[in-house]
Amino acid sequence: MTLDANLVAVQGDFRLSLPLTVDSGRTCAILGPNGAGKSTALRTVAGLHPLSGGHITIAGRPVDRLSARDRRVGLVFQDYLLFDHLTVLENVAFGLRARRASDVRDKALHWLDRVGLADYADRRPRQLSGGQAQRVALARALVTEPDVLLLDEPLAALDVAARAHVRAELRGWLADYTGATLLVTHDPLDAMVLADEMVVLEGGVVVQRGTPAEVATHPRTPYVATLVGLNLYRGSLAAGVVTLESGSLTVTSGEEGEVLVAFPPSAVGLYPARPEGSPRNCWPVTVSEIEPHTGTVRVRLTGSPDVQADITTAAVAELSLSPGTRLWATVKATEIRTYPV
Amino acid sequence: MSEQNRVPTLLLLPALLGLAFLALPLVGLLLRTPWDRLGEQLAAPAVREALWLSLITATVATVLCLLLGVPLALLLSRTRLPGIRLIRAVITVPLVLPPVVGGVALLLAFGRNGVLGRYLDAWFGITLPFTSAGVVLAETFVAMPFLVIAVEGALRGIDRRYEEAAATLGAGRWTVFRRVTLPMIAPGVLAGAVLCWARALGEFGATITFAGNFPGTTRTMPLTVYLALETDPQAATVLSLLMLVVSVLVLAGLRHRWVGVQ
Repeated sequence: MTLDANLVAVQGDFRLSLPLTVDSGRTCAILGPNGAGKSTALRTVAGLHPLSGGHITIAGRPVDRLSARDRRVGLVFQDYLLFDHLTVLENVAFGLRARRASDVRDKALHWLDRVGLADYADRRPRQLSGGQAQRVALARALVTEPDVLLLDEPLAALDVAARAHVRAELRGWLADYTGATLLVTHDPLDAMVLADEMVVLEGGVVVQRGTPAEVATHPRTPYVATLVGLNLYRGSLAAGVVTLESGSLTVTSGEEGEVLVAFPPSAVGLYPARPEGSPRNCWPVTVSEIEPHTGTVRVRLTGSPDVQADITTAAVAELSLSPGTRLWATVKATEIRTYPV
Repeated sequence: MSEQNRVPTLLLLPALLGLAFLALPLVGLLLRTPWDRLGEQLAAPAVREALWLSLITATVATVLCLLLGVPLALLLSRTRLPGIRLIRAVITVPLVLPPVVGGVALLLAFGRNGVLGRYLDAWFGITLPFTSAGVVLAETFVAMPFLVIAVEGALRGIDRRYEEAAATLGAGRWTVFRRVTLPMIAPGVLAGAVLCWARALGEFGATITFAGNFPGTTRTMPLTVYLALETDPQAATVLSLLMLVVSVLVLAGLRHRWVGVQ
């Protein structure tokens, strides 16, 4: 039940081009900023948006020309779209009734039980919490035994407190599911926890693909780097020095040629004056933005190159930081990762 | 109240006059109603007959409007036919057309020598004018736009992604309509049907032109009121009161949609 597709879709001026293969039992996350074409990709697979080129094959069967109802694809919408005029049980039973299955009630009840909501069978969807509604939406899609499961921002509608819990739950469901799963998200954590592989989409084209760990540690675009919280630069490496568009960095790698350079904001040291002993990567910077994170403060600095640093709240006070403050930034060569473009 | 919210004194007088003009006739109706003879008047055979005929024809007309109007509203809201604006105009014409003209038009179409009526008569022996069926036809003609407009509004107001969700679950177009679309637009359909029924109940011009004025078969309530005014003004008052009550009830039922009162 492999999903093999080359999704080419057009919407106004926007053009999506996404080659994609997801094997049975595997989960692929499509990550990207708003307007990157993530949802269009899902809708195209589901048959809700016309394919203007390429192909879609599910379990060896071309489905390009089939309508949404005949594709055997389960789609869980971001806001679930449970039918409010039906009970929770009838929502789950909807797909079975539409396909004239037998033992509809038993099968639907069985699935409600699996997602732990058997007691809610006669309730209305509006009486459920966000997490419960999501489980019902998942059960409604999975009860029809789809060949491909599509999840559109499955955690976006939940509050932060519920998200971690539901994410872990979802991981369990996906592990049991034997078809191919395509997951759209803008949260790299969702991709890390839920997906086996990851495709990063920007402006309708693939800018990076790989396992979530690969993508997170070796980002290839500023968008991905910001998402996973890394400083990322591109430059040419020669004799242990990477010459960037603006400034240079000394690294431990012995490679040569075009490289990407990345290091975490926590590896950056900030000093009011040029530090003693002059570490090799040391350059003057100016504070442009200060934003508190949990436990630390993220400081954005302009200089050659621009850099982000994570420091403690105490250090912010000690350095009396405010936008415009001039500082010196340092990074140890051993903290910098380089990898070929 | 802030200065901006005050109505200029100059406009206050016409505003109150307008209100009085709308309210006074209704008050007059209430004042002149022979309350002691109310039951007796309503029980008169001619009145009961007219009331019964009106209720039945208005209800049948509403059902007919639902059967034809809901699909028509769906067609209007979901297709991009080239002539859709013209179609919409044709559908709305009965709203602004003088009902008498509607009656004349119906005669030309369904009368014995009408465009279609000729064949109905010749092939099936069906005559519509001056029958109870004719009353239903006249009422349907006048009332259908109310239903179509209400249902089309409801159709445009729903989130179509619910229909998409149903389609991905394996539902065909008919199933999607029956199990998702229709339940979602049900409040709009109900409101349209009530409005449609009220309009059918009050129909006068098209009915008297197309169906005539025969007691028991085509003399509906409004026709009875009009006739009674000459022979028995008290009866006319009582019947008018009855129709006023129906109108108020309809308004009360639709207040959320039409008057904006919560």
